[in-house]
Amino acid sequence: MIHNLTPLQLDAIREVGNIGAGHAATVLSQLLNQKVSMSVPEVNILPLAEACDVVGGPEQPMVGVYLRVFGGAPSKILYLFPEDKALFLAGLLINDQEKCRNLLGELEVSALKEIGNILTGAYVYAFSNFTGIDMLSSVPALAFDMVGAIINTVLADLGEMGDYALIIKTQLSACDESVDGHFFLVPDPGSLATILAALGVKDGCQKRSGSECPN
Amino acid sequence: MSETIRVGMSQLVVAEAPTILVTLGLGSCVAVCIYDYLLKVGGMAHVMLPDSSLSNDVTNRGKFADTAVVDLVSALQKKGTAKERMVVKIAGGAQMFSYQGIDNQIQIGVRNVKAVEENLARLGLTITSRSVGGNLGRSVFMDLSTGDVRVKMLNSPEIIL
Repeated sequence: MIHNLTPLQLDAIREVGNIGAGHAATVLSQLLNQKVSMSVPEVNILPLAEACDVVGGPEQPMVGVYLRVFGGAPSKILYLFPEDKALFLAGLLINDQEKCRNLLGELEVSALKEIGNILTGAYVYAFSNFTGIDMLSSVPALAFDMVGAIINTVLADLGEMGDYALIIKTQLSACDESVDGHFFLVPDPGSLATILAALGVKDGCQKRSGSECPN
Repeated sequence: MSETIRVGMSQLVVAEAPTILVTLGLGSCVAVCIYDYLLKVGGMAHVMLPDSSLSNDVTNRGKFADTAVVDLVSALQKKGTAKERMVVKIAGGAQMFSYQGIDNQIQIGVRNVKAVEENLARLGLTITSRSVGGNLGRSVFMDLSTGDVRVKMLNSPEIIL
């Protein structure tokens, strides 16, 4: 079903992504006391074989913070930050750049996970309010590695259902791009129908009285 | 100049010298590399999941350990390779995220490696060398001129299998 979504359905998905990411960006902005800008979410539907290239070269080292979302529409959430930006971000959170030098240090890992936690909380809250679907996020997990390997691990179980991944991708940046990262929402295959139904676009077009569905 | 072919998630590629088969950024997935030194023919499968019987869509057989191993071996046999000459090397199956409980997907690397081993054994093939597990992602380069499989990991020296 993923690769025959109608333009209206794609728009609806993008809009939920927009609302969720908007809240997450607001929270990040409050957390850092900095202006945070956000791209319009992109809905990518990719064959699994190409999904690792979604943020560019798969061998680029990046920090990934990964969370599962449980409830009515199980999904995965992944934040990706280039290594220097991740360190800077951790430094901003604990308000001491000098202390954040080692990406795999306990303090840095903890700070980055907490950022993932807070952003996800905001995202899931907004998403849940908008769609009426109950959602709850797991504790965060962190990896620092080649970005292809991170994405490949996160997406592996999608393979059970099909050959495509639907990824809602948003870019966040702050402090003149000293903070710059990607934010992914990947609904589990079964969740897509739930989300579309909650948005009233299950059949590919919104039913309003007096208006016909264009086919 | 040797040609390089990318083997993406769930793909299976068979080629001959001087091609280099490459898969970049393997996490929990496993690259199964089989090579015939005599014919200089080899193949790589990029396995994502351990078992096709747990899935309701098996159209892409390269995705699962059981179907991919069988298909890779038979594709090589079609190229004239005999099982006795097949040298098998595997890499991948890392556990990328340190995580407490709840999600058995996290263990998928371990399960992939085990499934690949079992399915190779079922066909009577033994694994010559491997670089599996751990918590680091890998890039794998299989040179079909020499049969060497180079494994690169972040901040670690390169390994040749």
